[in-house]
Amino acid sequence: MNTRNAPPKTLYDKIFDDHVVDRQDDGTCLLYIDRHLVHEVTSPQAFEGLRLTGRKVRAPHKTLAVVDHNIPTSDRSLPNPDPESATQIATLAENTRDFGIEYFNEFDRRQGIVHIVGPEQGFTLPGTTIVCGDSHTSTHGAFGALAHGIGTSEVEHVLATQTLIQKKAKNMRVTVDGKLPDGVTAKDIILAIIGEIGTAGGTGSVLEYAGEAVRGLSMEGRMTICNMSIEGGARAGIIAPDETTFAYIKDRPRAPKDAAWDAARRYWETLFSEEGAHFDREVKLDAAKLPPIVTWGTSPEDVVSVQGVVPNPDDIEDENVRAAKRRALQYMGLTAGTKITDIKLDRIFIGSCTNGRIEDLRAVAQVIGDRKVHADVSAMIVPGSGLVKAQAEAEGLDKIFKAAGFDWREPGCSMCLGMNPDRLSPEERCAATSNRNFEGRQGFKGRTHLVSPQMAAAAAVAGRFVDIREWGL
Amino acid sequence: MQPFTKLEGVAAPLPLVNIDTDMIIPKQYLKTIKRTGLGKGLFAELRLDEKGNPNPDFVLNKPAYKDAQILVTGENFGCGSSREHAPWALLDFGIRCVIATSFADIFYNNCFQNGILPIVVKPDDLEKLMDDAGRGANARLTIDLESQTISGPDGGTIRFDIDPNRKHRLLNGLDDIGLTLEKAPKIADYETKLADARPWA
Repeated sequence: MNTRNAPPKTLYDKIFDDHVVDRQDDGTCLLYIDRHLVHEVTSPQAFEGLRLTGRKVRAPHKTLAVVDHNIPTSDRSLPNPDPESATQIATLAENTRDFGIEYFNEFDRRQGIVHIVGPEQGFTLPGTTIVCGDSHTSTHGAFGALAHGIGTSEVEHVLATQTLIQKKAKNMRVTVDGKLPDGVTAKDIILAIIGEIGTAGGTGSVLEYAGEAVRGLSMEGRMTICNMSIEGGARAGIIAPDETTFAYIKDRPRAPKDAAWDAARRYWETLFSEEGAHFDREVKLDAAKLPPIVTWGTSPEDVVSVQGVVPNPDDIEDENVRAAKRRALQYMGLTAGTKITDIKLDRIFIGSCTNGRIEDLRAVAQVIGDRKVHADVSAMIVPGSGLVKAQAEAEGLDKIFKAAGFDWREPGCSMCLGMNPDRLSPEERCAATSNRNFEGRQGFKGRTHLVSPQMAAAAAVAGRFVDIREWGL
Repeated sequence: MQPFTKLEGVAAPLPLVNIDTDMIIPKQYLKTIKRTGLGKGLFAELRLDEKGNPNPDFVLNKPAYKDAQILVTGENFGCGSSREHAPWALLDFGIRCVIATSFADIFYNNCFQNGILPIVVKPDDLEKLMDDAGRGANARLTIDLESQTISGPDGGTIRFDIDPNRKHRLLNGLDDIGLTLEKAPKIADYETKLADARPWA
């Protein structure tokens, strides 16, 4: 709460201030962490550290573990084909058992991608601090939580102390006003923002998203936006909670109930940036002018309208950037001037913590209808969690996907990062709903184009990129 | 953690912008449950060909740079994932210091947890250091954390900034968790207040 004569605070200022355990003279703070999510890849060394030093987990009930990164998305009753991956998963099971942490294993219907599971369970709440050894922890900022990725040493620090050593970040606000045109989505908004600010544009900042177009989004759409904050360099993205947020959370398994709900809501309603609060940087975008976006290169900032062409790096002034973009074109096997709609695809990946939620799958089903996946394309859909999968099947979406020729998989991170058997072969070209088009991200020498679920679905049918707006859905 | 005080060594030039964590350590090396041994995966997809043989054109494979302890590179180094495997791989390979015009936040933070010094310099200084590094084994750099200086082979000195708290912890190789646990009573106080103010949290 603000007091008289105190300078107006941003949403980030409020949450940060409410979690300071200790503040040193130089501004270094010990920040209390309300929620800690753990997965198999970035946690084993942290638990090993606790064992070596004889330390305990301070608040096991504030920690939730789930397997997602390297788990195969094929039939779970079959043995894991990769012994290293199986060891890592077994290690998480052992660590969570030994330290008394709740764990959703690969057979639990609540298992899924950590950033989809947290919100689904009501573990993610407004005004809380949330960390996880994964950079896409920024996703949870969609609820008005202060959420960001941490390294494994910090995972160990949070397990042992339930705090993190932090200095205050800068405040940055992106306001997206106007109404989104049909066929243009939250994914296109965030790709446009990253294109505008660049992949390091948010470094050192917490990025608040505001404006009519953001307010108009569902929680799923808001999560897509906050998820990719890190692709703009910001560790955390944040959106003020509102009725859409409260409606999503209410009655979730771990959400507060009854009187606790009322008390929580009263607090949550104070979570917004006050009039006149200071932002170190402000960026504005007009949603009405946004097209569907496709990335052409190997950085998420390499964005272009679906109606555009592959840009020419020779036009770039900065020598180092020009070299990087030339390298990107070569890696992607593209020629400057090629129309985006002339780019043919080999693979389609629909899923990930960016776009693996039920609303994404509904949008894909709507685009597909009774169309078929193109004969030259191999297409997979990986639901973000077991609960998303169950919901999609209850709505009959899986039947639409399978009839069209999509491979309908078990939940996990899958080909977003290719740590499991789902990955691209060298030079395969993929339209992906995930978050990173880095070199080798989806497989050695694989070529990734980031798009919205609607654009990925249409590309699956056409075998090349199409402007989804022309389908008049 | 190994303290970082003074380092004199060969600096390897890697003049690319936006080197991401997937390039520093590709995903196939993340399945380990250990912190050690990750050097074999460092820049694997740049350093090795499809058969796993060294790519002779990659800087760290050139004889002049085989003992490089310093990396001089472009802006936004370490962007992308939070994987601490990136600094673990650098460390295991023998790299103790990375110099760039900017770093991604999480990577930057992870370096300090592992006794690696990430140094931010101005573009003009980077250009000079890149030239120095290009001269190979004859051009050793000296990094002195105490005085916050980089000394080049020609006697020139560049001063760099660093957060005093981070500097102190790196110079002394301090364990963050140990320091925080000294504040356990404050954490307990906070938890008591939290249970009252926001019990639902």
